[in-house]
Amino acid sequence: MISFSLIIISSLFFSGIIIRTKCIFSGRKGPGIFQPIKDIRKLLRKGSVYSDTSSFIFKIAPTLYFSTLLTATLFIPFGDEPGLISFKGDFVFFAYLLALGKFFMIISSLDTGSSFEGMGASREALYSMLVEPAFFILMGSFALLTGHLSFYEIFSHLHFGSYISYAVGALAAFVFVIIAMIENSRMPIDDPKTHLELTMIHEVMILDNSGFDLGLILYGSSLKFAMYGAIISNFFLTRGKEWFFSVLIFAGIQLLLAVIIGAIESFMARFRMNHNPQFIFSLTSISLLIFLGVLLILGKIV
Amino acid sequence: MTRSIIIKNNQTIPLREIPVLGYDEFLEYNTSLLREHYNHCVNYFGFPQRNEMQLICCIANDSEHEIFVSSSVIDANTTQYSFTKHHLSFHIFERELAEISGINYCDHPWLKPVRFPADRKNKNSQIINYPFYNSHSEELHEVGVGPIHAGVIEPGHFRFICNGEQILHLEIQLGFQHRGIERLFQEKKKLLQRTTLAENIAGDTVAGHSTAFANLWESLSGFKADDDLQFSRTLALELERIAVHTGNLSAICTDIGYQLGSAVFGRLRTPIINFFQNWCGNRLAKGLIRAGKNNFPFTYNLREQLTQLINQFKPDFKEMYNEFKNLPSAMARLEKTGIVTQEQARSIGAVGMSAKMSGISRDIRTSHPHDFYKNINHEPILKKHGDVYSRTQIRKEEILQSIKYIRGMMENIPEENKNRNRLKSPSPESFCISLVEGWRGEICHCAVTDEQGELLYYKVKDPSMHNWLALALAVRNNEISDFPVCNKSFDLSYCGHDL
Repeated sequence: MISFSLIIISSLFFSGIIIRTKCIFSGRKGPGIFQPIKDIRKLLRKGSVYSDTSSFIFKIAPTLYFSTLLTATLFIPFGDEPGLISFKGDFVFFAYLLALGKFFMIISSLDTGSSFEGMGASREALYSMLVEPAFFILMGSFALLTGHLSFYEIFSHLHFGSYISYAVGALAAFVFVIIAMIENSRMPIDDPKTHLELTMIHEVMILDNSGFDLGLILYGSSLKFAMYGAIISNFFLTRGKEWFFSVLIFAGIQLLLAVIIGAIESFMARFRMNHNPQFIFSLTSISLLIFLGVLLILGKIV
Repeated sequence: MTRSIIIKNNQTIPLREIPVLGYDEFLEYNTSLLREHYNHCVNYFGFPQRNEMQLICCIANDSEHEIFVSSSVIDANTTQYSFTKHHLSFHIFERELAEISGINYCDHPWLKPVRFPADRKNKNSQIINYPFYNSHSEELHEVGVGPIHAGVIEPGHFRFICNGEQILHLEIQLGFQHRGIERLFQEKKKLLQRTTLAENIAGDTVAGHSTAFANLWESLSGFKADDDLQFSRTLALELERIAVHTGNLSAICTDIGYQLGSAVFGRLRTPIINFFQNWCGNRLAKGLIRAGKNNFPFTYNLREQLTQLINQFKPDFKEMYNEFKNLPSAMARLEKTGIVTQEQARSIGAVGMSAKMSGISRDIRTSHPHDFYKNINHEPILKKHGDVYSRTQIRKEEILQSIKYIRGMMENIPEENKNRNRLKSPSPESFCISLVEGWRGEICHCAVTDEQGELLYYKVKDPSMHNWLALALAVRNNEISDFPVCNKSFDLSYCGHDL
């Protein structure tokens, strides 16, 4: 429960901090931290407009997408506290729950019949597919290391002892940061600020969504960020200490993640589209390094 | 027998002195001139003359500072052989002629409508039934962008045929704005109205088009522009170049998602256009350039302001550009993107930056100098790769070059002539051509007057007319997601094309 409420709370801040960071780096004052959430609240009170060519898929997809995200949040543990739902192999369920939401977004964007949205959908599908091996090799390695199969058990049995295990932890945190960037369609993969449909990935898929649906999708991205932030902070939470230490570390890591994303988006140009698959695939090779590190720790290879 | 009359930039000649050739000879003569690389066609148009059509073709010789003007009289309802068959750079002129006057060309490769003007000959030719190229393929897909632009700038329709992410073909269709600028020039009789029209041909080239008009009008009226008039026109042109190029660099950064560059270059552009506000009361320099007078003389106080402004601008600009240039992720987007080869640029008759980027030295400031450029020994900046990065580099170097020119010019400000001659009315039955190097490239205005000295025909040619095709060629085999940055690096005018 504590993890779920913390994720919800940090999701309210996350987009605002990114935007504020970018503004400060480019010498502007920028809107308040809560501006994105205010915009979302405004959208949620509006009605949606549907095109004549779209079917019921287009109408249910945003709600489905949002509910998969919300459900996925329930799986995230918090230090010694398991998530609201926890069972053996829940990280597989978690990954495919997110994939389900994404699947509906993709078919709903194809449903609109727009040529832009089709392009966006194809890009999104490709990149999500390329991210998948990295996530599973990473989680698989930790399952092997701890001998457990659920998020809660893996994280609560994760003890950093040797140098290699620190390296493994740092690499894992890095991989998760990049996965969070890709899953949320941020720089350097996608430019969320652009107005150019031809270069968009995620943004172009939701061009036709409006009002309540758009609000859900936008809040969904904030939630997704906070969720990945929570997973990353789980690597660093101290076990057996007072709970407020953990809360402080959690908040610190969420803040750091948002600032890092803001900084990357300020000082880098977006990748050329055909460099993206290569970049994303390199995550898998880092995950393989983690796998190798785990094998070393366990003494499976000499 | 001479087949053409040789004139200089901004020279007025009696209409009857232009040799009238038979169409076959006219065709043979002009297309043969273009076999030499230093010649290019600056304008080719037709106007009604006693139930017939008089065609005038102006070919500029860039090395000898001369313009060859020849003409032919034909019946508009006949079928003719096209110039384009011999040299592609005539394509846009002949498409325009065919659209307006109904001349039928039997061997023109692609008589695509240019801009669907209200006075077109064939009223059935409409954008709604225009047949775009299409692929009829299972594997390829088509993407239509516009006419409403994502950034709501100006209307234009882009039709891509793609293989996945790769562009195989791009067809650009403009002509969504129907202002009828050229006809308004004939209808509006007051000089002020016409000047205002010239200022509004393209909002980003106010100094360019209004200088072209003022020079042309003064030449037609036999007025010799004083030094102070020439000075302020040249200064305005160079300032406009700095402002627009800086703004463009900002836009290129935006399109590749580089926020720092986008913010800083945007910030740097503002003080330059604000200087125009201080000078003439308009940030786009509207009202500054007038034929035969100058309402806003350049004072020593303004010189002080501008010197200070440039001293602040230059180090900041250089620092930001170096930051940008040394950023690998930015260079990866610019280099080898949107290449136009020299051969392509030459064949379509590209002008301005689109010519200079692939090593073609085509710059009116050198080849047909007007105003103060006669005193400045201008060297065009040339690049050879023809990619987005070449166009970016040209912008940067032209900005620094313009700063140098402005500093040099300001050392010696000409005195304002207090008792200027009054403008006379234009000389009757004359022809005049005015070429100006705007920031985008060569601007050409031509005028023909009737027996009373009234405008019989006014022809405007913005550099975008030639260069839109360069964009279509540049994006071939590029990724569709690189189209915006290619487009921005050419930065062509929709309204300059649509008129």
